[in-house]
Amino acid sequence: MRDLSLHLLDLVQNSITAGASLITIRLSLEESGMLTMTLEDNGKGMSPELLERVTSPFATTRTTRKVGLGIPMMKENAEKAGGSFTLESEEGKGTVLTATMDTRNIDCLPLGDLPSTMASIIMGSPDNPEFSLRCSSPGGEMSFSTEEIRPLLEGVSLAEPSVVQWIRESLDEEIQPILGGIMK
Amino acid sequence: MKSLAELEAIRKATLSRINLRKEEKGETTRVVIGMATCGIAAGARPVMLAFMDEIEKRKLNHVTVSQTGCIGMCRLEPMVDVILPGKEKVTYVHVKPEMVPRIVAEHVVNGRPVEEYTIGAAEKN
Repeated sequence: MRDLSLHLLDLVQNSITAGASLITIRLSLEESGMLTMTLEDNGKGMSPELLERVTSPFATTRTTRKVGLGIPMMKENAEKAGGSFTLESEEGKGTVLTATMDTRNIDCLPLGDLPSTMASIIMGSPDNPEFSLRCSSPGGEMSFSTEEIRPLLEGVSLAEPSVVQWIRESLDEEIQPILGGIMK
Repeated sequence: MKSLAELEAIRKATLSRINLRKEEKGETTRVVIGMATCGIAAGARPVMLAFMDEIEKRKLNHVTVSQTGCIGMCRLEPMVDVILPGKEKVTYVHVKPEMVPRIVAEHVVNGRPVEEYTIGAAEKN
């Protein structure tokens, strides 16, 4: 993956496949440059057996092929950037994925185009689940939720190109002052 | 956040487009983009956004953009299927954002697939 937001775009698909009705993404950048990225869902969760082997590239729930690279690549990129990777999951309750990275480490990927990633995620699953994004840094904080804007649209799909464009521009305006320094 | 009043204006404008689309029902063109790990890593996100931009720019009410998973030909990603009403699916491979305006103009709008970008042309090489 070329940036961290692409990892998010990929990993969110696991939460959607797990039947989550709410997916929350949190990005928190500390003064020290440590970035904590959390992806939390209330999907069906994983059994202890699956949780134990899920960071292997040869673990997947798919039946069409035997590799699953999303989680191992995220783990590799977090650890390479002086950070850590943890997964907590409980069957019937959901999963929390946490990756930390030192953004001052030469091997740390840039955050990338997070507004476009969020727009792509929402466009791919416009009806369900609900998505929530929270970002914070010494520069400030922001939050966004599809639950907040859905009632305002009164039945117009979140996947409509004009709505997607509004989401992208709106998020860009809010995220730039907070995480703009690590996006490229 | 950008103004919610702006979102309200978008809602109203979009509703009239949706109504127009309903009147033309059965004539929907589908653009489907592979967005599994392989597709995303190969650059599917900017491709999808390029399709969204082009469709919005041309106000193509009859076109929907959706995502799909991995179909097992990871080496050809990013892959895009264009399905015109009553026509066979055409699969484009190694798609880049700069190829999108041409695919939309020639295929989606005028019904002529861009042969050189298709899976058939790629597999000949």
